Amino acid sequence: MPINYYITLALCLFAIGVVGVLTRRNAIIVFMCIELMLNAVNLLLVAFSKMHHLTKGAAATAGSDGQLFVFFIMVVAAAEVSVGLAIIVMMYRNVHSININFLNRLKH
Amino acid sequence: MNITQLLFWILTVIAIGSALMIVTSKNPVYSVLGLIVTFFAISGHYILMNAQFLAIVNIIVYAGAIMVLFLFVIMLMNLSRATETLKNKWLQIVGAIAGSCLFLVLVAALKNTEVKKNLVEMGTGDIGLVKSLGRELFTTFVIPFEISSVLFLSAMIGSVVIGKKE
Repeated sequence: MPINYYITLALCLFAIGVVGVLTRRNAIIVFMCIELMLNAVNLLLVAFSKMHHLTKGAAATAGSDGQLFVFFIMVVAAAEVSVGLAIIVMMYRNVHSININFLNRLKH
Repeated sequence: MNITQLLFWILTVIAIGSALMIVTSKNPVYSVLGLIVTFFAISGHYILMNAQFLAIVNIIVYAGAIMVLFLFVIMLMNLSRATETLKNKWLQIVGAIAGSCLFLVLVAALKNTEVKKNLVEMGTGDIGLVKSLGRELFTTFVIPFEISSVLFLSAMIGSVVIGKKE
């Protein structure tokens, strides 16, 4: 499978995530779109790691760095989700809404 | 078209369709279900590239833990029928145009690259197996691995402190 199919697929998922962040006002859906963008990047990292393994396949472990980076991205994303959902719960408790337009109070 | 390409296209259609469902559905529960289907399709892509460890970790961590957390929060707040105030139609149209412009620019940038003819190794190669990744993780990457446990500890403490009633 050529790499440009994977690049186009990951770009498509990333663009859908960007559109979701720009258009939706629900904080949880914005958060889910951020997760979608992270996963698009993960998919692209794995595809490039396998491509690197095929082209520079002299060493047996060539390209395994990319897959370990994906693992660490998943670790950071899990920590990020727990803190982010705690922030959303706190925001809902304070303003009884999860519309992100309420979050512009830091401006004033 | 062999079986690998067929599976690639099927998983791609599933991933993009359910990703569109996340953005377009009114009910947040349907968005969560769409995201779970997207994660399973991406795990299928990992299996197709013989990255078995990441496929299993993706299902366990994302579809298992994170999405349950999302569903839990949505049901806790009883948001499943919350009406989203449509601020204005123009904002949505402009957002969609901006996202598709980003997509078009990046695809156009891909057009003249050297790398696009390289092949991705499908189904063979053992860098994605648990054995080789685990050996790499506990020799070369052992310090980031231990630091990530500190990160988890601080995330746990942080979410408890934030979620506490003051």
